Amino acid sequence: MSGPSTYTPQTGFARWLDTRLPIMRFVHDTATTFPTPRNLNVWYTFGGILMFCLAVQILSGIVLAMHYVPNADLAFTSVDNIMRDVNYGWMLRYMHANGASMFFLAVYIHMFRGLYYGSYKAPREVLWILGVIIYLLMMATAFFGYVLPWGQMSFWGATVITNLFTSLDQIIPGVGTGIAHWLWGGFAVGDPTLNRFFSLHYLLPFVIAGVVGLHIWALHVPGNNNPLGIDVKGPQDTVSFHPYYTVKDAFYLSLFVIVFAVLVFYAPDFVGNPDNYTPANPLVTPPHIVPEWYLLPFYAMLRAIPQKLLGVLVLFGAILTLAFIPWLDTSKVRSSRFRPLMKQAFWVLVLDAILLGYLGSKEPQAVWHLGVADVPLLWVARIATLYYFAFFWVIMPVLGWIEKTKPLPDSIAKSVLGKSSATAPAE
Amino acid sequence: MKHALRFVLTLAATVAVTGAVTGVAQAAEAVGEPIAPKHVEFSFEGPFGTFDRAALQRGFQVYKEVCSACHSLDRVAFHSLSDEGGPGFTEAQVKAIAASYRINAEPNDQGEIFDANGERLKRPGIPADHFPAPFANEKAARVANGGALPPDLSLITKALEGGPARVYSIITGFGEKPPAGFHVLDGKYYNPYFASWNISMPPPLVDGSVTYSDGTQATVDQEAHDVVTFLEWAAEPKMEERKRVGFGVMAFLLLLSGLLYLSYRKVWKDAH
Amino acid sequence: MTSTTAPDATRRDFLHIATGAVGAVGVAAAAWPFINQMNPSASVLALSSTEVDLTPVQEGQQIVVMWRSKPVFIRRRTAAEIAAAKAVKLSDLPDPLARNANLAADAPATDANREIKPEWLVLVGICTHLGCIPLDNQGDFGGYLCPCHGSEYDTAGRIRRGPAPENLYIPPYNFLNDTKIKIG
Repeated sequence: MSGPSTYTPQTGFARWLDTRLPIMRFVHDTATTFPTPRNLNVWYTFGGILMFCLAVQILSGIVLAMHYVPNADLAFTSVDNIMRDVNYGWMLRYMHANGASMFFLAVYIHMFRGLYYGSYKAPREVLWILGVIIYLLMMATAFFGYVLPWGQMSFWGATVITNLFTSLDQIIPGVGTGIAHWLWGGFAVGDPTLNRFFSLHYLLPFVIAGVVGLHIWALHVPGNNNPLGIDVKGPQDTVSFHPYYTVKDAFYLSLFVIVFAVLVFYAPDFVGNPDNYTPANPLVTPPHIVPEWYLLPFYAMLRAIPQKLLGVLVLFGAILTLAFIPWLDTSKVRSSRFRPLMKQAFWVLVLDAILLGYLGSKEPQAVWHLGVADVPLLWVARIATLYYFAFFWVIMPVLGWIEKTKPLPDSIAKSVLGKSSATAPAE
Repeated sequence: MKHALRFVLTLAATVAVTGAVTGVAQAAEAVGEPIAPKHVEFSFEGPFGTFDRAALQRGFQVYKEVCSACHSLDRVAFHSLSDEGGPGFTEAQVKAIAASYRINAEPNDQGEIFDANGERLKRPGIPADHFPAPFANEKAARVANGGALPPDLSLITKALEGGPARVYSIITGFGEKPPAGFHVLDGKYYNPYFASWNISMPPPLVDGSVTYSDGTQATVDQEAHDVVTFLEWAAEPKMEERKRVGFGVMAFLLLLSGLLYLSYRKVWKDAH
Repeated sequence: MTSTTAPDATRRDFLHIATGAVGAVGVAAAAWPFINQMNPSASVLALSSTEVDLTPVQEGQQIVVMWRSKPVFIRRRTAAEIAAAKAVKLSDLPDPLARNANLAADAPATDANREIKPEWLVLVGICTHLGCIPLDNQGDFGGYLCPCHGSEYDTAGRIRRGPAPENLYIPPYNFLNDTKIKIG
């Protein structure tokens, strides 16, 4: 908790502004003096990194939109015009495309951090759920955005995913197809679809920015969690956000930007799909339709289920499961540092997610040739999907009841200061 | 420091895993799946790679004299031939190259676009024009090529899995014996580097398909190498600028992260 | 102990200033492409000059070509039109400047300063009042009349009467040979 504001305006102008729109006070209280646990590690820098990613996507997106044409006959060429003729257009385009990948890379690390340290537990349940909402909005934004260049993968990825709605026909005949036609603005993905996806792709990032505001507000009410998972007991457990975490965030952000720059300048098509450099052709289906890497794990789950409607329910269920986590985990201990069984289950989950991503990139009928037998990857995907759901719906509740946790330290300050050789108090 | 290392290694590992996941490693034994492209080296590979100017000009000659009979290069404008990082023609040379092409003309003062013989009215090209296509539309292209559509080549080295090496392999990959039991379709050729292994294009290059103006011996390998270099430039005309700016950006970022690290350590020195 | 407060703001710390300065340079360098992308792109610049073949233009006739999205009048003047333009006194002109992109900004609006070869008049066909396109062979001065608000120009495209403040602009151009000009 931050307590009463300690901001005192220093100049006449500052005093004048403070009584009319206390924006300086707001910045002072939330970003300068905000008491932050003194033991936050590198994994806690990804929130700030994510804000940077959102800013990069919005800024690069706005300038790209000055040249992009959202019409089925002109879209591909307008992107090609950006790459060849617009001043630095190639850089802005590669920043936006690779920036999306970096955005998801950061959000997955951020989410796994939250899982590991129990940041979703009371009193931060709403913070976590707002995060799930942001993640959903990100996926929608990325999906709409990938359609815009109107390449083969844009068109066919849109076709496959929007066709999922037709599975609702099994519940009420006609409803699913009706929804699909409504989404498409026609009888298949086409120009009307492209136009509305552009409108939504431009809109949603600003909705994300708004929800991020709520997310940070919800964070600031209880304050940050920390790697020990124990509450802040007093001022000795915290430092002011500025300069301690502004400089730490800036440093790790610069490392993140180095990785981003390597992609943009030296491997700009590395995470992309070559099929998207072929203009969309409704009459030619590419041999392997795959979404971008950050959607592959869910794609694998969808294809693992043989029945169309069930597959769709599993897909949505996998994402919605995340919202229930604060109540699925019954443990009284937050941080996996003190939960030896949860720690192992967590890392298996990480490997499981990577495995699912790999499986999502393979053809549905692919097999692993292991010396003794051929293992259809479909069955591996089913087992991996099972573990995903089991982790949240079985392991999380059960471990909370049966796990013997390690003893927690008395306080953050004791834990931090006890590690360093200096015993003098910080000042 | 070890945290920073862990951070970068995590990001890099994730990127690498992602690349491995998305990179489709084709199973060699699946019939019809294109086999791995041939090993071939190009001057433009690597973080410091650049285009070999002479190869670009020779490659342009190969495109012009061999490929352009069937394949368009719609997205490339003549003026880009004199741009930095490209074949390096002068503006005067580009003007002459453009003027050597016939471009569909606007309606004349009588509002006609065909002449008395029913031929489409044409005008000489200007640098702002794009390379004209060999066929008026897709249907005409298919009729002239036995139902197959020769793809536009402006982005071909980016549009195929395996990139420039793939394009090189396809155009030099003819003449091998198909495996026993594999059915080569009528009118097509066996080429294991192409999807389905049946390609409609006949082998496009032979030794001496062109006579290079710089005297280089025109073997199939040389011609293929040069035209692929040209096509990679056509797909990525900004490649040299990208790598040059990238170098400056990396140098700057290394400096900035170094300074930020020192500031970070200094700020936190008294806190523990 | 109490949580550490921000370091004393008046203590000039060279390292942090250096870091901040390098960061600011980076932000400025990164901002430049975002601003520059709004400048005309290569495909627009490729059309920034136009070559025109003059052989089809008869004496007393005018053609209109587009240059940088603007109409350019190319008029082959008759001897009478040339003589009429030369006869005008500079003091009769509301706008005394040549408005010729090929000359200095303060060159006077003599007929000689309005073209390169007297026979060929090359003008940007946009009225200097509010941007309408003047009609040729109309008006009391043998030149152009703008239908929007009645500005009248003479046989050298100079404003003589009406609300237009300036003579029609002469674009940058040059003769590549006797029958071809390049505008821009």
